[in-house]
Amino acid sequence: MEYRFEKEYGCLILRMPEELDHHQAEIFKEEADSLILKYPVHSLIFDFADTQFMDSSGIGMIIGRCKNVRFSGGYVKAVNLCGQLERIFRLSGLKKIIEVE
Amino acid sequence: MEGFCNKMKMEFLADSSNEGFARVAVGAFVAGLDPTVDELADIKTAVSEAVTNCIIHGYEQKEGNIWIQCSILGRVVEISVTDTGKGIKDIALAREPLFTTKPELERSGMGFAFMESFMDEVEVVSEPWKGTCVTMRKAIGGNADLQGQNHG
Repeated sequence: MEYRFEKEYGCLILRMPEELDHHQAEIFKEEADSLILKYPVHSLIFDFADTQFMDSSGIGMIIGRCKNVRFSGGYVKAVNLCGQLERIFRLSGLKKIIEVE
Repeated sequence: MEGFCNKMKMEFLADSSNEGFARVAVGAFVAGLDPTVDELADIKTAVSEAVTNCIIHGYEQKEGNIWIQCSILGRVVEISVTDTGKGIKDIALAREPLFTTKPELERSGMGFAFMESFMDEVEVVSEPWKGTCVTMRKAIGGNADLQGQNHG
């Protein structure tokens, strides 16, 4: 997984996979959690620039990571959503839970 | 085009690595109807939800097979996703948004809600320890320009 950690802001930017289904979400979850443990993460940014597909498994995975980061007072943001993802975020109510840019 | 009729059937292992294959295969089959990008995304998402349910809930991530039957009649696509897993005890409850029996796996409980919002009709038939069959229907491009298709 591609990622970047911005030390001065404590910001971890995660590049999301092309297709975020149950299979990919499980792989992603493990990698993301080990990064969240490794760095002093204050905020988490999910970058969806490469993502063409996401289903409800992706939603569960994102909410799970939000809980982990917010527990320590951090904040979460999703960026670069394509049209299909925008609809998924809206329909699921995920847009009300995390900031979308 | 009105009388257009087509059919396909496939069987595959209930393994999460096949989720992508299943939705892409159905998407390719439906492509003959010249769906819009959104319609195709809707169908792929619905198939992904149904197949994921078979794997996580039907077979609880143990071995099993999944069958997909897909037919096109005129402009309507019908997709059935079947497993012979543990079945659903209370179908009405299972279909409720945010309901999940597996919160520990970070399931959002939005699977059926997505199938319902992305397809025109969703029917669920299930019997405990016999399996589950989800049948979904969607009309493609109600007022699509049929002339235009011949130029594509």
